[in-house]
Amino acid sequence: MFRRLPDATGDTVAFTIDGKRAQAYASDTVAAALLWAGVDHCRTTPVSGAKRAPYCMMGVCFECLVTIDGVGNRQACLIPVRDGMRVETQRGARAIAEES
Amino acid sequence: MIREETEIAVVGGGLVGTSVAWGLARLGKRVTVLDEGDNAYRASRGNFALVWVQSKGLGMAPYAAWTVRSSNAWARLASSLNDETGIEVAHQRPGGLTLSLSDAEHERRVAQMQRLHNQSDMIRYPYEVLDHAQTGKLLPDIGPQVAGSIYCPLDGHVNSLKLFRALHAALAARGGSYRPNRPVETITSSSGAFVLSGPWGELAASKIVLAAGIGNARLGPQVGLNAPVRPQRGQIIVTEKARSFLPYPLVTVRQTDEGGVMIGDSVEETGFENVVTLPVIASMADRAVRMFPMLAGLNVVRTWSALRVMSQDGFPIYDQSVTHPGAFLATCHSGVTLAPNHAFDIATQIAAGRLADDLFPYSARRFHVPQAA
Amino acid sequence: MIRDVEALPAQVDLAIVGAGPAGLAAAAMAASLGLSALMLDENPDVGGQIYRAIAANPVKDRALLGEDYWRGEALAKEAVSSSAQHAAGAVVWSVSPLETSGYEIGVSIAGRSRIIAAREVMLATGALERPFPIPGWTLPGVMSCGGAQTALKASGLVPGGRLVIAGCGPLLWLIASQYLNAGVSIEAILDTTPRTNWLSALPHLPAFLISPYLAKGLKLMLAVRQKVRVIAGIEAVRAEGTDKVEAVAYTKSGSERRIAVDTLLLHQGVVPNINLSNAIGCRHIWDDMQLTWKPETDSWGATSVAGITVAGDGAGIAGAEAAAERGRIAALGVAQRLGKIDVPARDRKAVAARTAHARFERGRLFLDAMYRPAKVFRIPQGDTIVCRCEEVTAERIRATVPLGATGPNQMKSFLRSGMGPCQGRLCGLTVAELIADVRGVPVREVGYYRLRPPIKPITLGELASMPKTEASEKTVVRV
Repeated sequence: MFRRLPDATGDTVAFTIDGKRAQAYASDTVAAALLWAGVDHCRTTPVSGAKRAPYCMMGVCFECLVTIDGVGNRQACLIPVRDGMRVETQRGARAIAEES
Repeated sequence: MIREETEIAVVGGGLVGTSVAWGLARLGKRVTVLDEGDNAYRASRGNFALVWVQSKGLGMAPYAAWTVRSSNAWARLASSLNDETGIEVAHQRPGGLTLSLSDAEHERRVAQMQRLHNQSDMIRYPYEVLDHAQTGKLLPDIGPQVAGSIYCPLDGHVNSLKLFRALHAALAARGGSYRPNRPVETITSSSGAFVLSGPWGELAASKIVLAAGIGNARLGPQVGLNAPVRPQRGQIIVTEKARSFLPYPLVTVRQTDEGGVMIGDSVEETGFENVVTLPVIASMADRAVRMFPMLAGLNVVRTWSALRVMSQDGFPIYDQSVTHPGAFLATCHSGVTLAPNHAFDIATQIAAGRLADDLFPYSARRFHVPQAA
Repeated sequence: MIRDVEALPAQVDLAIVGAGPAGLAAAAMAASLGLSALMLDENPDVGGQIYRAIAANPVKDRALLGEDYWRGEALAKEAVSSSAQHAAGAVVWSVSPLETSGYEIGVSIAGRSRIIAAREVMLATGALERPFPIPGWTLPGVMSCGGAQTALKASGLVPGGRLVIAGCGPLLWLIASQYLNAGVSIEAILDTTPRTNWLSALPHLPAFLISPYLAKGLKLMLAVRQKVRVIAGIEAVRAEGTDKVEAVAYTKSGSERRIAVDTLLLHQGVVPNINLSNAIGCRHIWDDMQLTWKPETDSWGATSVAGITVAGDGAGIAGAEAAAERGRIAALGVAQRLGKIDVPARDRKAVAARTAHARFERGRLFLDAMYRPAKVFRIPQGDTIVCRCEEVTAERIRATVPLGATGPNQMKSFLRSGMGPCQGRLCGLTVAELIADVRGVPVREVGYYRLRPPIKPITLGELASMPKTEASEKTVVRV
């Protein structure tokens, strides 16, 4: 549950999260974009299916793994969000090859 | 200074040592395992978790039979460990494949298998030589460069970390003692008893089993046993967990029950240099990707290297001392495959005080070839 | 700014891993001494964590983030306008020695890898937050204070619902103050600083009183205390909820209370990021005051491996300003070794940096002692998750020590703790301290994970495209 500071500005981009349309700033990482979009969890773990969300926002915890444009296990906090990006909750272990 | 005593002391807490120790404990023996610390060489850490039959025994036909026996006994080992510890080691035997990435490679492998099976005294077991199309029926995701493969239904794999944990837990449950940070420096013997000592103190035992991997070379001669073994490096790559895609283990690529893909393993004569080197893991990764192109997008999360314990001819050494009765030695580089034989057969024979005659080919005496006049 | 591997220089004098304060200062100094320098940083721009987004911050109100943050602007400008190059989005996954001298560095940018060479390598990878393993810390909605601060600096995002901040250390007060400036309401700050820390901190108080940290720290803390409920003497903290955090339960003076939350932020200090120095084989020592491993370095930042230096928080926590001075000092050391300046010139040029460094070091011992986290929050019990990646709990780890796992590497073999993609960054310290606690031995005796490249994940395809040799090909064919 994050909100944007009123005077934080930037160019907006549109992306989808699990098929739903969302917006972000071009300067956001995918993780920041997901926080703003109000996403509860970004993945379920391969070990137990537990729900996880971004924790460290600096690339060391590997909790923010999502599927981006069909490719799984991408660290959302290290990837700048792009217009038209297709982001999906990563459920369990990633698929090996791109799933359309 | 510690002064303890036990009935049978096993030196080495790797796969060989703990398999034998648990086997002895199951027979009611009082066993103590002496192990080194967190940073020891530990060949067992570098295992590829294969329970592998095909291609083994070229140069010593009985070894093929010994391996087949172990592969057939693996289900019993898995269920015994599960019964005793509740740990499921995920042993599977769907058969395994060795893939070749060129016609020349394929031909060399096929010729090697033929030589293996043409040996006299060679045990008969099924295997199939498959071309690209036939391999593709078993493994739909193979790349175009796969020239062919050899499939053997007796091959399988196991979760070796769970195996290791189960052996330790089972040993403890049977009253066996495990003592880490106790490196053995000297072994003395008098009036049929042995004393193993190091900076930590000493342990007295009526019988000893040397399962100390590369350390056997140093310890063996102290009790009249020879163990000419050398370190042989193997490097391994592990990927992130992925959804199940590989139903068969390959000798150099397998998917664990937890989802990670293991890729291995190099064979390098680099002494005790236990490091990971870029060109070798690049070569390994390259072969894996040529076998399964879709693996290219998987992330590598870990690499490591370990030192196999390699005898001169690559076959195990099982021995008992003539000059120091009660001292036994066991070493091999297939501690996962041979775990059942170590736990059930070797342990039984050690408990009885004598290795069976059919283990004679594995004595280190085979290395002393008499010189021609 | 270099954004793809093809544009990387094939060879430089000094490769600097990390473009935070130490890396930026080192790059500017190296360039000024005539060295060809290259900063490699995985983030989209320079600044590291503490000066995150310093070059193009979306937050317009400068007073919000505080003056310390904006100090990084000059540092960034100097480095970026020097002859030093900067590769962004560049992940260094391997550093290994070349046969004769120098190093080869595996760099991955946008999923493509390349090996470049450097005569020397400086690790300026900074710090990461100490793990804070409380029950429920893996629930969505629980984040580290540093993570929340990154969301603020780089994206202008703040928690919108009910917020509790828990832990100890200066960053707690800094972020609380930044949030108050931004109009964020904070339900409470749960201060887990052990009350007895005052006693061990007292001897270092005189130095702290004349340090640059006193005025800043006091001002922040007092401003925050005036506006936020601060509950001290916390004995236990637990995050509760099913699919996400719904409440934080805390124990004080033996009784438990509960606060409903949407976001829980945790922080108990930062520790050096040692994964790369470990994988390279540098010797590390256990710092019992800072309760962390750090690489052994001399007064020029040189490690036990020739040609590898460490500068900044990666060599031991001392803050951003100290990091910049250490970066300058280390760059001077490199320049002397590579023949750009002689020893007397090096020593002379280092005087200013050493004086400044001493000033920024003053008071650190007080902070270290004052904010040394309590054992109960470092060494968990029961079903608290220790290894987040492999979901290994504290009780499993405790139970496995007597089974044979007397160190973190054995523990890895038994339970998979440390085998996940984070490579022990969030569990290594906890596992080492847990094992030490069960065995009753000092942590330095227990050791740490033995790491190897890649120290950040790269794809199998990238690895496969790296240079191979005839010899390496032979080792993998086996027939």
